[in-house]
Amino acid sequence: MKWDWSAVGDFMPRFWDGVLVTLQALVLGSLIAFALGLVWAMAQRSPLKAVRWPVMVVTEFIRNTPLLVQLFFLFYVLPEWGLTLSALTTGIVGLGLHYSTYTAEVYRAGIDGVPVGQWEACTALSMPRGRTWSAVILPQAIRRVVPALGNYVIAMLKDSPMIAVIGALEMLGQARQFTSITFLPTEPITVVGIAFIVIAYPASLLTRALERRLVR
Amino acid sequence: MTDLTAGLWELLFKGVWVTVQLTVFSAALGAFVAFVVGVARTNRLWIVRFLSGLYMEIFRGTSALVLMFWMFFVLPVAFGWQLVPMWAAVLALGLSYGAYGSEIVRGALAAVAPAQQEAGIALSFSPWQRLVKIQLPQAWPEMVPPANNLLIELLKGTALVSVLGVGDITFGAALVRNALGESAPVYTIILVMYFILAFLLTRVMRAVERKAKAGIGQAPQKGQGVLRKLTIPRQADAPSSDLSKSAGGA
Repeated sequence: MKWDWSAVGDFMPRFWDGVLVTLQALVLGSLIAFALGLVWAMAQRSPLKAVRWPVMVVTEFIRNTPLLVQLFFLFYVLPEWGLTLSALTTGIVGLGLHYSTYTAEVYRAGIDGVPVGQWEACTALSMPRGRTWSAVILPQAIRRVVPALGNYVIAMLKDSPMIAVIGALEMLGQARQFTSITFLPTEPITVVGIAFIVIAYPASLLTRALERRLVR
Repeated sequence: MTDLTAGLWELLFKGVWVTVQLTVFSAALGAFVAFVVGVARTNRLWIVRFLSGLYMEIFRGTSALVLMFWMFFVLPVAFGWQLVPMWAAVLALGLSYGAYGSEIVRGALAAVAPAQQEAGIALSFSPWQRLVKIQLPQAWPEMVPPANNLLIELLKGTALVSVLGVGDITFGAALVRNALGESAPVYTIILVMYFILAFLLTRVMRAVERKAKAGIGQAPQKGQGVLRKLTIPRQADAPSSDLSKSAGGA
């Protein structure tokens, strides 16, 4: 096996650029996933069937089809409809949308875990629906699901190299570009692979610690 | 939609066949890896537990796409092993999803009552006999529902191979897109194709689950699996519908 440390050194400036883009995609993607997932989860509890069913069908569809194809769809089809986004923006929207269908399930489980008595108490106090959600149900539900949400952030991190395929220069994208210039694939791709483990492993330890603290 | 000629449809359907093959082969390799690593993680020797745990953390920690690139671009240069793209893909998918699967196997084995294990020792079963005749048959039904979710993740993961030039559905779609000069129809079609494949996979796994649960005298749980909401009539979700009912009654 040929390993060239100077190639690693040459790759480093690009690598840090890539790390920044990966983290940017991860943070913004997570924010979209957390917010949109909550919207899906609450819509699935709507008293109106006309709201529940479409949301259910859409989330099932997005969850059961590949993220990569969804990214291509967003990247190639949206411009045909007159909406042109940069590769990175498309990637962030794609990651956020895809993972929002997972976080919706997580929130749903958390909401189901809130005892029925809490809902009944709100009815007894004739609390408006908005306040029931914001002051009673969600604070109890979300606390319990924080570790599970953390797991999906880690899963999203590991899916983030897919946005390199549509041309966003995150870690893997930078490695590919470096390889195409220098014809050295070994060092950059190995460095990127290890970087994922170095980020993901402590993060998974963190979610396990959160699980012990928050889920009781 | 109507612009797709028979030849272009054929490209897509060839892709479906490649995707199905990839899913089946990777699932077979993944299941093998999952059982070996999952069982090794319950081994008596710490070194076996440590090595299997290390394998799991490494392959779960890194990204499947990066692993695929590594096998495809680094292995030939660094070690001189040139794999056929199809098999590089199967290897990468099988090894990484096997690492996820090993957690399912380990969890299901841990859920078998310890008294079962002790009864096996009391009857002087060998460790292998205890595993094969006592633990696995009872753990198996527990594994099926999470394995279903993982299989759907694997099916979705197979789309990555198109990046390496393996002619799966997504690769076929890129060709059709170039031929048509239009993206919306073909990408809509293949999203539906993936969804149908995932749906069929869930149906098969539901049947496997029923059989597995029947084998230890249990009825399958209602409302399991990823597509439950589309396939099983939704039970009235307790709090909100109770609320509306009681509000209506009052």
